[in-house]
Amino acid sequence: MEKEYEKRNIEIIDELKKDLNSVKTSNDLVVVKAKYLGKDGIVTLLSKGMKDIEPEKRGVIGKIINDIRTNVTTLIEEKDNLIKQELLEKKLNDEKIDITLPGKKNRRGSMHPFNRIVEEIEDLFVSMGYDILSGPELETDEYCFQRLNIPLGHPVRDTQDSFYVDPLHLLRTQTSSVQARCMESNKEKGPIRMICPGKTYRRDDDATHSHQFGQFEGLVIDKNVTLANLKGTLEVMAKTLLGEKTNVRFRPSYFPFTEPSVEVDVSCFRCGGKGCSLCKNTGWIELLGAGMVHPNVLRSNGYDPDKYTGFAFGTGIDRLAMMKYNIPDIRLMYTNDIRFLKQFDRKELK
Amino acid sequence: MKLSRKFLNDYLDTSDIDIKKLADDMTSIGNEYASCGSFIKATGLIIGKVVSCVMHPDSDHLHLCKVDIGKETLDIVCGAPNVREGIKVIVAEDGAVLPGGTIKKGKIRGYESCGMICSIEELGLEHKFLKEEDIKGICELGEDAKVGEDPLKYLGLDDEVIDFELTSNRGDLLSIIGMAYEIGAIYNRKVNDIELKYPTIKDETDKFKVSVKTNKCNLFLAKKAFNVKIMDSPDFIQKRLMSSGIRPINNVVDISNYVMLETGQPLHFYDLDRLGNEIIVRDAKENEELVTLDNIKRNLSNDDIVIADKEHAVGLAGVMGGLDTEVEKDTKNILIESAIFDNVSIRLTSKKILRSEASNRFEKGLDPNRTYMAMERACFLLNKYANADISSEITIFDESNKDDKIINISVCEINGLLGLNISKEEIINIFNRLGFTVKDSKNDLEVTVPSRRIDISIKEDLIEEVARIYGIDKIEGVLPVLDTKKGCYNKFIRGIREKMVELGLNETMSYTLIPNDLSHQYTNDSFDEINLLDPMSDDHRTLRYSLLPSMMMIYDYNSKRNNKDLSIFEIGKNFKKVNGEYLESSTLAVLMSGNYQDGLYKEKVDFYHLKGVMEELLDYLGFNNRYSLSVTDIPQEFHPGASASIILNGMKVGIIGKVHPNVSKNDIYLMELYLDLIEKLGVGKMEYKEISKYPSISKDVAFIVDNNINNEEIIKEIKKSGGKHLVKIDLFDLYKLDNNKKSLAYNLVFSDQNQTLTDEIVMPLFNKIISDVTSKLKCELRDK
Repeated sequence: MEKEYEKRNIEIIDELKKDLNSVKTSNDLVVVKAKYLGKDGIVTLLSKGMKDIEPEKRGVIGKIINDIRTNVTTLIEEKDNLIKQELLEKKLNDEKIDITLPGKKNRRGSMHPFNRIVEEIEDLFVSMGYDILSGPELETDEYCFQRLNIPLGHPVRDTQDSFYVDPLHLLRTQTSSVQARCMESNKEKGPIRMICPGKTYRRDDDATHSHQFGQFEGLVIDKNVTLANLKGTLEVMAKTLLGEKTNVRFRPSYFPFTEPSVEVDVSCFRCGGKGCSLCKNTGWIELLGAGMVHPNVLRSNGYDPDKYTGFAFGTGIDRLAMMKYNIPDIRLMYTNDIRFLKQFDRKELK
Repeated sequence: MKLSRKFLNDYLDTSDIDIKKLADDMTSIGNEYASCGSFIKATGLIIGKVVSCVMHPDSDHLHLCKVDIGKETLDIVCGAPNVREGIKVIVAEDGAVLPGGTIKKGKIRGYESCGMICSIEELGLEHKFLKEEDIKGICELGEDAKVGEDPLKYLGLDDEVIDFELTSNRGDLLSIIGMAYEIGAIYNRKVNDIELKYPTIKDETDKFKVSVKTNKCNLFLAKKAFNVKIMDSPDFIQKRLMSSGIRPINNVVDISNYVMLETGQPLHFYDLDRLGNEIIVRDAKENEELVTLDNIKRNLSNDDIVIADKEHAVGLAGVMGGLDTEVEKDTKNILIESAIFDNVSIRLTSKKILRSEASNRFEKGLDPNRTYMAMERACFLLNKYANADISSEITIFDESNKDDKIINISVCEINGLLGLNISKEEIINIFNRLGFTVKDSKNDLEVTVPSRRIDISIKEDLIEEVARIYGIDKIEGVLPVLDTKKGCYNKFIRGIREKMVELGLNETMSYTLIPNDLSHQYTNDSFDEINLLDPMSDDHRTLRYSLLPSMMMIYDYNSKRNNKDLSIFEIGKNFKKVNGEYLESSTLAVLMSGNYQDGLYKEKVDFYHLKGVMEELLDYLGFNNRYSLSVTDIPQEFHPGASASIILNGMKVGIIGKVHPNVSKNDIYLMELYLDLIEKLGVGKMEYKEISKYPSISKDVAFIVDNNINNEEIIKEIKKSGGKHLVKIDLFDLYKLDNNKKSLAYNLVFSDQNQTLTDEIVMPLFNKIISDVTSKLKCELRDK
């Protein structure tokens, strides 16, 4: 009797293997599973037949039937796993993409190099406690010139050939006009620390001059401010904007609103002072004009020159931008070619 | 100012100092230069003698010459018509560098040529100095020229020149004597005296009359010189003038220029016989006429100063003489004028008429002591080089101040302003080198500044002198010690710029000045435009009232270069004149056109991209739900069916829309926002609002409506009917139907802070929304 069951075991497994060989899909497998393990399945019927076995043989026969069930179940599960694996592989294969296609991006905007420099300067000076001020671009002759010790007919007006809209009003030729406004509006006539970046206008147009350009002016008024303080401040500025190795050089100069006046050069940041085309082989680049605020300027804006001294400095924004980004022609700054503008789309976090 | 080294050496010996070092040393004390070096740039020149000269066998104009240059005899092929045996010539040797190129040995039509025989022109002398013979043939040197020596030295052209670019306060440096004092201060050398002694003759003529009837002349000297002999100037005068950039004419004219160069004081010589015996200095009459010596009839104004006889003007003071009284070849007697005219007036007049060496010096201001000196110097030179008999008489009108200036200053004040620690001895030494005298009292230094330094009047000027000569670059930078304080700045504009960049727009920077005919575009406002009195060109004539014309110009510029995908913005000022007052305000402009995204995911810009930018920005600024669009007040450059005014808090704050097809064939979208108006509006505080703990219910509904009903009207109705439980309305689908209708589908979200909503609560609301919208807007529900 046991042998009969052993034989049956082998027959069932053989038949099952045959059946499984023809199984292709999960649905096929369900049918096969029902044939063996379903309500009237081959293995189920064998189990049901146990009640007809003599009690003393039930242990042995039961074990054989159990083995059959285990074998059948295992084989079916194995097949099931195989089918799932194939399905998964097919799915993965179907979902394969061309990872070299371009990514989907938001448009990337850009800030004009002029304003990139302005914001860099503003950040630096705000960090040193300076206020950022602005003033009208359409200025009066008084604030643009007269309050800065440039009376009518002063020869320096020649170098700042101006656009007047009537005999008293002009497009400002320099941001220095904000100096006068700032001193005047300071009611307590106390210390001042400010910079004022903005647009300025002069009758000039070539590769290095544009009739519209940018300047920023710095002004510090306090007790015991010296020319050495001006140099210290400009050194910090030059190193921040143009690199830590930048040196600053003073040359005497003349501006009506400062006395003494200095022309400020920085060591060439491209060649490090060895001499190159940028610095015309001198190792130095003219960066800005500066000096100690002229007593007439202090006086005409309500400050007592015996109590306060101050320094002022001013430079071209376009020039800084052109140096920093290696822009050869100032007109590029104002023609707004999109191919130019789009180049300034990065953050410089270092 | 071109400084001739030879001229300088008359007053200060600098022959031991290299010209480049001299120029650099001057730069370091504040006097920059544009160029420096030899007056004649040619090198490799030597005096030679033509020892034989025969015609070239294969040429009708070339000569085969043998030229003795001392160390050897060179074969030179020369084409000049005047080359011949026996003359002394300028030879450029092999390797010589001339303005026309480097001379190289070579064969000319089969014959070797080892150099070149030069004309004056070939040496590179400026064209204005060349005479006819300098151009048409080689230069023939005198018999006394020594073979083998430097021809430039022989010709007196071996000068060196520094071309200074001086600051406008240093009028005193527009003179050789001024330069000598300045350079003397650097090297601590004394300046030579100027030679002024000359014989005079007893003047039997009537005394010359000068009457000054203007307040623009405070010093006028007039002196007669008789029997002048007009001829070429001596060679040294001609050469010094040339080195200084002035063309020699004849001895009398040259002397007036020579004295101006030496002393800085411009002079004017009149033909005395044509002038008469009186001069009136007065303001020109309005529309008074004068023919100046360039033979141009000038129309004068009241601002100009004229020199006149009793009837009419004979010269434009300080700027140009009149034709009628000009010194000519047959002039016998002259009147010398040495005067000071108001610098502002001269500046204005010369700007109209002619900027000259003379007007430039008047503009910068003059030392009255020099006015006297120049008169004496001119008399000395006229007597010596034009055989003039100088009158013993002089007519003087003088209201000038010729005193030296005295300024008291302390060592402490000097070091205090500079941040230096210079000793008293060194400071006194510096003043002395500058030619200032110093009286040392206990607390102060009393510094006497000679009148020639018209730029110095206050302590700070003296401090600058000390710094200049001491070496201003010796100052070590020290950061100022100041109170700690917060730096304040306007975050509004920066915040907007940052947001626009974040939204993918490229920032532009355009000109404030635009063509006049564009200034009223893209606006319906009536305003007084602001025009320049004196524009450089029509392209930059008017201050813009709106940024939009500028944005369109940027579009055109790029479009012409085939860049039609633009999404750009600019923040700038607009200008207008209201009741005679100028106003300027900050504005944001945006232009979008072409593709918003390019390539594979291509997406064309439409109105809603631009509206999205507007909404993103206004929401970002905190104006969520406070703005709307209104189809009113659309300027003619905008598409009437796709443009609107932007309304915020009931106020127009901008314009948005598509450019009218009459203006551009391309789809261009423009927006302008008036930032100054927006900045003034307050926004609510940003703070946390409680999130409902209870789940919300979401329902979808779609309506089919007439095309002319817009989304906002439907939303308004939905809101009205939905009540407080309706917390969100989202349009999620939109399509056009054939029969002039469209379908809009909305997702509605209902929620309550205090309870879980059920269908029993929501369904009546939902049904009310449907019935209200369909009845009020006369539309149907889709998929009933």
